[in-house]
Amino acid sequence: MVRFENVGLRYGLGPEVLRDLTFRIEPHSFQFLTGPSGAGKTSLLRLMFMSLKPTRGLISLFEQEVGSLDKNALAMLRRRIGIVFQDFRLLDHLTTYENVALPLRVRGLDEASYRSEVMELLEWVGLGDRIDALPPVLSGGEKQRAAIARAVIGRPQLLLADEPTGNVDPAMAERLLRLFIELYKSGTSVVIATHDIALMNQYNARRLVLHEGRLHNYE
Amino acid sequence: MTVRHRQRFAWLRRLAAQQGSAPILPKQSISGRALVGVVAIMTFLVALTTGAVLLVRAAANQWRADLAREVTIQVRPLEGGDIDAAVERAAALARESPGIAEVRPLSKEESARLLEPWFGAGARLDDLPIPRLIVVKLAPGAAPDLAQLRKSLSEQVAGASLDDHRAWIDRIAVVAGFAIAGGALALALMLAATVLSVMFATRGAMAINRPTVEVLHFSGATDGFIAGEFQRHFLLLGLKGGVIGGGAAMALFVLLSLALDGKFGGATRDQLGLLFGHHTIGPLGYAAIVTEVALLALVTAATSRYTVNRTLQTIE
Repeated sequence: MVRFENVGLRYGLGPEVLRDLTFRIEPHSFQFLTGPSGAGKTSLLRLMFMSLKPTRGLISLFEQEVGSLDKNALAMLRRRIGIVFQDFRLLDHLTTYENVALPLRVRGLDEASYRSEVMELLEWVGLGDRIDALPPVLSGGEKQRAAIARAVIGRPQLLLADEPTGNVDPAMAERLLRLFIELYKSGTSVVIATHDIALMNQYNARRLVLHEGRLHNYE
Repeated sequence: MTVRHRQRFAWLRRLAAQQGSAPILPKQSISGRALVGVVAIMTFLVALTTGAVLLVRAAANQWRADLAREVTIQVRPLEGGDIDAAVERAAALARESPGIAEVRPLSKEESARLLEPWFGAGARLDDLPIPRLIVVKLAPGAAPDLAQLRKSLSEQVAGASLDDHRAWIDRIAVVAGFAIAGGALALALMLAATVLSVMFATRGAMAINRPTVEVLHFSGATDGFIAGEFQRHFLLLGLKGGVIGGGAAMALFVLLSLALDGKFGGATRDQLGLLFGHHTIGPLGYAAIVTEVALLALVTAATSRYTVNRTLQTIE
């Protein structure tokens, strides 16, 4: 599903922040991506999401070599990936409902066809009574849940989440982890970047550990 | 608008979303009012220029038609010649020509009256060699053989010549041509200025909306979708500006035509008539303005789409 071969990344003329990454994310798999702050977890997620280009090496997504794709093909590939950013990136002028429905809307779907699905998901993440709220009035945890809901609404084949439980209490963190596990069980490959040991201890899964720019794999 | 206000109307916007019209781009983020102003002013000027060109053309046609319906035969007095007989003979020649409706030699008194502005009333002109004029009216729709008439006059009547006002008609044609070309140039410049303003506005809007564009990108939106969102937004702005500017121009032309009809008193009518001629832009003119409003709105939308596509190509 995701294949990295000898991938390296540097910003500008600086040192390589990621070095010789070679690994695969298999279909229908669950893994944590961890490592100390500044180890490059977010950079690695952005490489997987094609919002960064590697300075060397090869990246394939869904059996397609990313470097050779045009912008439209990239957009089509991104529709198969859901991503939760650390800083949420909700659109402040859209309501919670509109933010969550955005990925379906940009696909040109009719609102009637997804409305009940979006409402159901919002209920599930505990935002059922906040559908008309705008992000500036949401709490950090509510924003995070809205961001997660937006990432999973399109039933992605690959879900990338950057510190998805960073702003919620342990009970909500557990609930969100259960959502990710449900997604995994229904066939989605999940990559959760986190340095929350307690969270990782709740579920036995493969751990990809980034340390000094290199990746170590613990099955 | 406060957050609470926006929230209060969220249900309304969601209702609109069901019709697929809730804007993904925040309205306030695009310097909409300024752009509506620019498009309104440009449309107003474009409509005004079009109206002016149409008025000049109508007036020029009118003058040309008036001039072309009449020619003048001039008979200069020659030493020892009988001018009255010469006038008689020239008039007879003109009457014999085909396509002539009326031939009227001006009497000595009438010729003198024409010179009154220069010599004053009651001047004794008997001693001066004043040329005599014969007004020849052409039959409407006929094609008189003026070349033949000119030839017979010069051969058979000493001192007679034919003036068909061609020099004046040519001059009016040149002046009208210049006015129309000037108008066309002004229209082209205004269109270019509109395109440039929209380009700047679109670039500004894209810079401000960069985070939104990024979110749309990672939500799987194609460049075409994003460009379409901007285009829709700018089409609305363009239409709004166009309707304001075009409407104002049309209102002005309606007022002008009412004034020329004497609705605001005879004095106003006469003054305006002197300035603009007694012409209005007519249904064709109004249709042209409506077309221009639509054209400017479309140009606004197309320009923003083009600019967005160009800018997106530079964004990874």
